Amino acid sequence: MSEFKGSNNYVVSEELMRSVNIAIALQKPLLIKGEPGTGKTMLAQAIQEALGKELIIWNIKSTTKAQDGLYVYDTVQRLYDSQFGNEGVDDIGKYIKLGKLGEAFDQDKQVILLIDEIDKADLEFPNDLLWELDKMEFYIPETQQTVKAKIRPIVIITSNAEKELPDAFLRRCIFHYISFPDKEMMEEIVKVHFDNLDEKLLEQVLETFYAIRNIKEVHKKPSTSEVIDWIQALEIAGIDPEKIYKEVPFAGVLLKKTEDLAIVEKAKEKKFQVTRW
Amino acid sequence: MFTDFFYLLRKRGIKVSLNEWMMLIEAMDKGLCRSSLTEFYYLSRAILIKSEADFDKYDLIFSEFFKGIESIKELPQDLRDWLNDIQPQQEYDKEEVDRRNKDMTLEKIQKMMEERLEEQKERHDGGSYWIGTGGTSVFGNSGYNPTGIRVEGEGGSRRALKVAGERNFRDFREDRTLNERQFQLAFRRLRQFTTRQDGPKDTLDLEQTIQQTCNNGGNLKIVLERPRINSVKLLVLFDSGGSMWPYTTMCNSLFQAVSKSNHFKDLKVYYFHNCFYESLYTDPGCSYSNTIETEWVLKNLDEEYKVIVVGDASMEISELTYPGGANFYNHPNERPGIEWIERFKAKYDKMIWMNPISEQNWDSGYGYQTIQLIKRIVPMYHLTVKGLEEGLKNLLVRK
Repeated sequence: MSEFKGSNNYVVSEELMRSVNIAIALQKPLLIKGEPGTGKTMLAQAIQEALGKELIIWNIKSTTKAQDGLYVYDTVQRLYDSQFGNEGVDDIGKYIKLGKLGEAFDQDKQVILLIDEIDKADLEFPNDLLWELDKMEFYIPETQQTVKAKIRPIVIITSNAEKELPDAFLRRCIFHYISFPDKEMMEEIVKVHFDNLDEKLLEQVLETFYAIRNIKEVHKKPSTSEVIDWIQALEIAGIDPEKIYKEVPFAGVLLKKTEDLAIVEKAKEKKFQVTRW
Repeated sequence: MFTDFFYLLRKRGIKVSLNEWMMLIEAMDKGLCRSSLTEFYYLSRAILIKSEADFDKYDLIFSEFFKGIESIKELPQDLRDWLNDIQPQQEYDKEEVDRRNKDMTLEKIQKMMEERLEEQKERHDGGSYWIGTGGTSVFGNSGYNPTGIRVEGEGGSRRALKVAGERNFRDFREDRTLNERQFQLAFRRLRQFTTRQDGPKDTLDLEQTIQQTCNNGGNLKIVLERPRINSVKLLVLFDSGGSMWPYTTMCNSLFQAVSKSNHFKDLKVYYFHNCFYESLYTDPGCSYSNTIETEWVLKNLDEEYKVIVVGDASMEISELTYPGGANFYNHPNERPGIEWIERFKAKYDKMIWMNPISEQNWDSGYGYQTIQLIKRIVPMYHLTVKGLEEGLKNLLVRK
C-alpha cells in the first residue's frame, strides 16, 4: 500500500498526513477544507510527487455541471456532420468525449483526481456525483456503455466553504480541515521556499504578519502566498529587518484592499496594540 | 464498547450515520488506528465529523467518553526503549495462554499494568508476566495474547485526550457569533427559483432545438424555455439605536454581507431607532432628513418580500406600547411601536427578528419585557450562524 509522507516542497502537518493515508486506505474521497492560502490545491500535487502517480485536475467553476465531468455528447458536431453526410455519423461513440472524472476512471494505472473548489458549483452539484464517486462508474445511455474504474483513483476534493455541501455527499468523504498554519509551521513553510533566509528578517516578517492577521477590522487577511511574495520583495529591496515591524514596507504586497491598507497604517502607529471596545 | 461512543455522539447532536460508522469499523479492521487512542481520535474525527464547526463538540464528547481510559501513566523512557527494540516471539502454548487470559477485562489489565510499572526495573522479553516484547503477558509490544493490550509501538506521540482537551477548534463552533463571510454564506441559502411554470420563455434550449431540428429533417426548429432565476425579494430593517452599539461590528458585517449578496431580485435596507414607527431611515445615522414613510413601504413593497429585522428588541416598555413613546420629542408617534410591528407581520408573512442578545437572556436580561412582547409576534432568533440559518429556513418554508 502506498503511504504519503509529504514531499520536498510541501510542508505537511502530521494530522493532514494521517487523513490522506486514511483516505487512501479506505478508498474514499478526501475532502479538504480550509482558508484560502492554506495549500489545499498544492496538497494534490505533493501527493502526486510523493507517490509518483499521474494527477488529473478538474477545476470547478460556477457553471460546471456534474455531467461535464463524466462525458460530453457533442450533439452539435454530430448535427453538422449529418448535414454534410460525413462518415461515421452513425457511430455515436465518436461524439462522446470523456470528462475529467471519466478520464480518471478510464486509466490503466491508479491516478490522483483533484476536484478543485467543489463549492464553486451549484448547490446540487455534489449530489449529482454521489453514485459516481461511490461506485466509481457511470453509464453512457447514448452508447450503452459503462465506464468503470479499473483501479479506484485517489480522489482529493477541495472546498473554500463558500457553500455548505450536502450531507449525503459529506457522509461519503473523509474530512480534513486545514487550519491556518501557526508561527512554527509557517517558519517551516517559508524555509521551504527560500534557501538561507536571514533569521532576523524571518522573525520580523512573521511577527508583523501575525500582528496584521490579528487585526479584526482587516477584511481580507493576508495568507501564505502573500507572505512569500512579501519576503521576496523585502529581500530584493534589501530592507533592514529592524524596520519591518515598525514601518511595514511594501504593505501593498500583503494587503489587496485600500481600506485594509489604511487600517494597517493606523494600527502601525499604535504599534499593533489590539484595540477593544 | 465503541457502539456507546456512536450513540453518545448522536445524543450530543452530531448526526453520525450508520454508513460512516461502518466506515470507521472497516478502518479499524484495516488497522488504521494502530491500537493507539491518539490515532483513533484522528481517524474517527476524519471519518465521522464533516465540519470544522463540530470539531469542538467532538473534542468534548471524546474527552467525556474516553476520560477513564487514559489513566495509564506516561511510560518511563527506558521502558519505551526496550519495548521498541522488539525481540523475536518465544515459543508458547496457545491454548495455555488463551486459558490463562480468558477472563481478563480492560480494567484488570490496567490495574495489573500499573502494578507492574511500579515493580519493573529492567528489561524482560519473551515471558508471561512483565511488560516486554515477544512474550505472552497481557501487555507489551509484538507478542501473543488474545486479550492483551499493546504498549508503545507505532503512534502515540500526542496523547489523544490531551489533544481533545486542548479544544483547538472552539472558534469554529456554529453557535458562536459570526463574521461577514459567514453571513454571506448564510444569505446564499436564501434563494427560491422561479418555477418552470411562470415567466417568459426566452432562453434557447439547445438540446431540444437540435433534437427537434433533426426530427424535422434538418430544417431549423428553435425551442425556447423559461430561465430559472432567483425570485427572493428581501427587506432588511436594522436597529441602530443606542443599545445596539456593543454589536456595531457584527451588524456592520451583516450589513456588508447583505449588500454584497447580489443574487436577490430586490433588496431594500432601512434603519430604525429601537422600534419602528411612522418613519424609517434610509441611513444608519437615523437623521430626520433621510426618512421614508413606513406607510409608503407597506404600500409599495408587496407581500412577497421577506423581512429580516435586526435589533436587540430591548427598550423601555413605553417605547413599544404607548403612543408618543418614541424618545424623539419633536416627533411624537401617534401609534405605539408594537402596532407597527403587528402591521408588518400581518402584511409580510415571512418575517423574522434576528437578535444579537443571546437566547438565555431573553427571559431575564435587560429589555426582557419588550423582547417577550415582540417575540410573540415575530419569530425571534439569536444572531449566530445557527440562528441565522434557522431563521432563513423559516423564511423559505411554504406555509
